[in-house]
Amino acid sequence: MTTIRISDDAVALACGADAVADAFAAAGCTVERVSSWGMHWLEPLVEIAGQGFGPAIPADVPAILAGRSDKAIGPIAAHPFLARQQRLTFARAGRTRPLSLADYAATGGWAGLRRARSLPPEDVIAEVIESGLRGRGGAGFPTGIKWRTVLAAPGARKFVVCNADEGDSGTFADRMIMEGDPFALLEGIAIAAHAVGAAQGYVYIRSEYPHAVAKMRAAIALAAAEIAPLAIEVRVGAGAYVCGEETALLNSIEGRRGIVRAKPPLPAVAGLFGCPTVVNNVLTLAAVPHLLAEGGVAEYARLGIDRSRGTTAIQLAGAIRHGGLFETGFGITLRELVEDIGGGTPGGRPVKAVQVGGPLGAYIPPARFDLPFDYEAFAAADALIGHGGIVVFDDSADMAALARFAMAFCAAESCGKCTPCRIGATRGVEILDRMRAKAPVPVPAGDEDATITPPKRDENGALLEELCDLMRSASLCALGGFTPYPVLSALRHWPGDFGR
Amino acid sequence: MNDATRLDAIIAAHAGREGALLPLLHDVQAVFGCIAPAAEAAVAAALNLSRAEVHGVVSFYHDFTAQADPRPCLQLCRAEACQARGAEALVAVAEAAAGDRVRIAAVFCLGLCSVGPAARLGDAVHARLDAAALAALVDAA
Repeated sequence: MTTIRISDDAVALACGADAVADAFAAAGCTVERVSSWGMHWLEPLVEIAGQGFGPAIPADVPAILAGRSDKAIGPIAAHPFLARQQRLTFARAGRTRPLSLADYAATGGWAGLRRARSLPPEDVIAEVIESGLRGRGGAGFPTGIKWRTVLAAPGARKFVVCNADEGDSGTFADRMIMEGDPFALLEGIAIAAHAVGAAQGYVYIRSEYPHAVAKMRAAIALAAAEIAPLAIEVRVGAGAYVCGEETALLNSIEGRRGIVRAKPPLPAVAGLFGCPTVVNNVLTLAAVPHLLAEGGVAEYARLGIDRSRGTTAIQLAGAIRHGGLFETGFGITLRELVEDIGGGTPGGRPVKAVQVGGPLGAYIPPARFDLPFDYEAFAAADALIGHGGIVVFDDSADMAALARFAMAFCAAESCGKCTPCRIGATRGVEILDRMRAKAPVPVPAGDEDATITPPKRDENGALLEELCDLMRSASLCALGGFTPYPVLSALRHWPGDFGR
Repeated sequence: MNDATRLDAIIAAHAGREGALLPLLHDVQAVFGCIAPAAEAAVAAALNLSRAEVHGVVSFYHDFTAQADPRPCLQLCRAEACQARGAEALVAVAEAAAGDRVRIAAVFCLGLCSVGPAARLGDAVHARLDAAALAALVDAA
């Protein structure tokens, strides 16, 4: 009997994988549901004895089984998109059944945790520091240093919180880990808990990810014996983007409004329920089991450039021909990612811009595509890597409309605690509306404030820059503080779209 | 089971849990389709919170609503990556197909950013939507 493998990741499901799987089952095949390889343009991707077929529809089944399908892509693992990658965190992607403990153990699972638990916490932390691992959520803070702070902080109880509130458009790597390799995330949390002395872990997942929630809950139940005495619980968000900010996330777990807390105190000192808390992103924690396994640190530190060590999970999204997950060492350029690997836009139209790092990331024009993927290089270019998402826009994009969207999104999602974000974003939308208007916007009749003359069209740009400067320097968190990145980069590189 | 009994059962299931409010409110929203003022008061009393504190949480999060809407809800992703793949042009299509029968809501990212435009109906997700596929999806809702 033929065994065929199809992903049950959300992308595969959304592209019709269940119907294809059913058709193979009806044809008498054994169907195994595995994680996604991350080649999303080929989903649903069917694997038979290492050979790939995709994107498959139920009608393709007879031809695939007869070995004469025009959807054949050859050996999957040798596909150029995969062959160019260095997969450490995503080593199991496409290769294992997400909720199979046997598959996990057979592919090196739990080796990192076993070795970590045989070491004193200080030694585990020293290895994480040595690896150079930095927080993959966006801020890029050295993970080992954070753990050391939590270990040293006095407290009867300590927590490990996994930030799985992956709200940035263009990012899906956290979702792929949770849906494709959930035990790896649990192992990473368990190693972190051992390193800092925590007895309880939380995974805070956004409610927009129902499949990830289900997989993580199932994985926790299956792996309870492996991770004991540590207890891990899934908490589901409730549709607030700002809860991806670590202190808002902690408030949300505590059952409060997702309002950002002022720092200090750092969560490492006074976090969840006032206790010392590690808050790490999914990708950060999922990178840890590999580090703690034999030889992991040396391999990790060998990859990457300068102070950006190891691999990064880049997500290719938006108007791109070959979208998906691309894990590689830091240092790769945007041009390689967008043009060589991504294959440009699906329709062949010219690329106008890419947004790197989610809704708070800068828009970058093709002229600057030689920028290497590296925390410091991006910071020097007034941009950020964020969570590693790259959204490609073709030449039909209206950059002024996207700048307005950034401000409107910030206004809608602001937690309301600080004025630059709460009020500034609304004022930003108004300025951009005036800039985009073909004719001057009349002052509403009876508006008492209208005694102040509204700025002239060409003054709006200067006012917007001033507003952005204020938001960037005076907001409490990255939502208000980083919204100026997409707005100012759009204004700077595409002034024509703003009527300038 | 009447509404009061069902609410009591939800509250009892979460009692004593640390940070119980969000999971509890999720269950109330799922069962009743909203978090009505009476439910807010009962939850507040059970968790030793003020009514204002509970209302503050309910009103903060997009997932919690004060009034039930019995219509099926299709969430269409309107975030940047789906915009880059033409999602904005589909909004009018979805609304025309929906009429008053289906609620069309915006969602900001379903994590399907490489295969948009994307939508969610219940817990099922759909990608690579064009006008015809989206209209069919709304009709079947």
